[in-house]
Amino acid sequence: MPAGSLVAGSGSASTSHAERQADVFIADGLIVGMATAPADFQADRVLDAGGLHVAPGLVDLSARLREPGNEYKATLASELSAALAGGVTSLVCPPDTDPVLDEPGLVEMLKFRARQVQQAHVYPLGALTLGLKGTTLSAMRQLTEAGCIGFGQAEVPIVDTHVLWQALQYASTYGYTVWLRAQDPYLSRDGVAASGALASRLGLPGIPAAAEIIALQTILELVRITGARVHLQHLSTAGGIALVRAAKHEGLPVSCDVTINHLHLIDADIAYFDAQYRLEPPLRTQRDRDAIHAGLLDGTINAICSDHTPLDDEQKLRPFGEATPGASGLELLLSLTVKWAQEARVPLAQALAYVTRAPAAVLGLPIGRLEVGAPADLCVFDSQAYWTVEPGVLRSQGRNTPFKGYELPARVRATVLDGRVVFEQT
Amino acid sequence: MTRTAPGFIKSNPQLTRSGELKHLLTIEGLPRAIVMQILDTALQFVSEGEGETQGEIKKLPLLQGKSVFNLFFENSTRTRSTFEIAAKRLSADVLNVNLHASSSSKGESLLDTLRNLSAMQADLLVVRHAQSGAPYLIAQHCAPHVHVINAGDGRHAHPTQALLDMFTIRHYKPDFRGLTVAIVGDILHSRVARSDIHALTTLGVPEIRAIGPRTLLPEGLEQLGVTVFHEIEAGLRGVDVIIMLRLQHERMSGALLPSAQEYFKSYGLTPERLALAAPDAIVMHPGPINRGVEIESSVADGVQSVILKQVTFGIAVRMAVMAMVAGARPG
Repeated sequence: MPAGSLVAGSGSASTSHAERQADVFIADGLIVGMATAPADFQADRVLDAGGLHVAPGLVDLSARLREPGNEYKATLASELSAALAGGVTSLVCPPDTDPVLDEPGLVEMLKFRARQVQQAHVYPLGALTLGLKGTTLSAMRQLTEAGCIGFGQAEVPIVDTHVLWQALQYASTYGYTVWLRAQDPYLSRDGVAASGALASRLGLPGIPAAAEIIALQTILELVRITGARVHLQHLSTAGGIALVRAAKHEGLPVSCDVTINHLHLIDADIAYFDAQYRLEPPLRTQRDRDAIHAGLLDGTINAICSDHTPLDDEQKLRPFGEATPGASGLELLLSLTVKWAQEARVPLAQALAYVTRAPAAVLGLPIGRLEVGAPADLCVFDSQAYWTVEPGVLRSQGRNTPFKGYELPARVRATVLDGRVVFEQT
Repeated sequence: MTRTAPGFIKSNPQLTRSGELKHLLTIEGLPRAIVMQILDTALQFVSEGEGETQGEIKKLPLLQGKSVFNLFFENSTRTRSTFEIAAKRLSADVLNVNLHASSSSKGESLLDTLRNLSAMQADLLVVRHAQSGAPYLIAQHCAPHVHVINAGDGRHAHPTQALLDMFTIRHYKPDFRGLTVAIVGDILHSRVARSDIHALTTLGVPEIRAIGPRTLLPEGLEQLGVTVFHEIEAGLRGVDVIIMLRLQHERMSGALLPSAQEYFKSYGLTPERLALAAPDAIVMHPGPINRGVEIESSVADGVQSVILKQVTFGIAVRMAVMAMVAGARPG
């Protein structure tokens, strides 16, 4: 048996649909056996997972690493170590770095830096247009060769619908997936909170639900005429989710995700202008959150992501409207997914699929599952261990979280990446 | 979140644990007793004499030795002046910090500015800021002995204006519980309207009307306990109090409104329209007024207008608020 073999033993393994007691046998960075060891298997190491869950390593569809350009906010090393502490072994990073990821050299450098620190697999999204400016298409073929998994605009919508149409045509020519966050730039201009009674009461300029719905209608019509594969990021409105549900019934090649923040929080949580709740898209109403829950359960929503956005303290110590949107989330993705599963009475294996198998399917990668032949990326956690979110316990340099003070279930005990134990805590 | 963690209740930050007024940040959630206490305290500052001295404001040593800093991140000569006069009548030392021109344009953060000012030993900060909620941030991060008074934040609140409006209304109409009050104009962008609505609701006014085109009315306004009218004639019928709002010049022509002329034609207060209200109705305006846009000159200067009275009462009300948050009570 080759060196580096490992057994994650006696845990409750999250396989495709159910939990079952099984040892996971690993060698050469791959899962080589489930429950029964392959012939002549000899373990170098046994990871005792007794009483714990053994899940595939989490796949996060949206995590900002702040490299290149924003190293003062966070570094690749700090954020990838935060990922492993959160059980995240694969993540997609948006292209809104500084400079933006619109040149193959930048993508190669990012991939190289990520490999160097040997922590979590990084799948960059390239900029769909140069500088995210929405006018000139980026060199998508070269960017794909450099390692981009798809193309997007991060939080910068393409204003010119003609350019968006052509971008989808071009991407669809080569089968690339385009990642878009649906938000009309005019209807969201100056807005800092969801339009509605709460924003009116607090005197915060609003972003109406129509901003998401109208942009979605445009995108879906362009998908219809181009056949481009589009992943819709961070849906936040009941109306938007209904549109995607109909689009999927129609057979359009779309997928979508929601963030852990929108899974749990609503606009009323802003309370007295707490800037930790300043997010993009803005937190919406109870009704919208209910629609997110329903959309997950009926399969309209494919995945849950962290939308990890590490910021320094100063960016949140501002009046609500001047604070930078975003929340740190890599270390909360697992716990908030498990919390949702408990509250919504969703079986754990099904809930975990939203952060493992389903996002992997969006990426078209053979990751996020526990089966023989799959990469040995594992998240071993204790679903019964509760921990309190305090900024000091986060490994991310972004201590910005709206969940400060929450007591959450599920503590990661070990993270395995390519068959190596890369994170452990008792 | 449906269930928040224990000990994570977000309490009203302007009251102490024992329910006393520590800061004045908004009218919303303020107990009726505190609102009445402010109005009653203000009444003690207004001279009750006859003729010439009637309505004059007394000078008292209640804030002697205390420092009041006027932190105006947004220009406002009028509001700043009335706070300055109020503080001086209470014998406080006053420092006007014009932050609009200095620090913010140099990129200094709000909290850095606050730290620098804290080093200068302020007791009371009067804050005006273009961002809704900015005074909350300041109240959260200033030294424990410092009190914060919101002198207008974004579209959110202008609590002292609302209190002086209530003081003025009570002066002419002692019983709030029988009144119909109409607020006319740009409610969307108005912190005065929001604070007035909360104050009127708190004081038990049974009918509050908002009058304006839909572009100037915020979404969900009805949830604040307001009846919405789009025609001023219908909205003014039988009302006891008319509060006209200022329309900012930059909003007179664009996507919100076609023109100042059309606005005046639809919502300007003319003698004919005023005649639809109760015969003894009073006309108010937070100022400065745009004659011929919100209001016709003959109405602004007419017998039913109490606009200048508002300015005078504003000083007494601001004195009362400063004295109350600082814990100084008149004898």
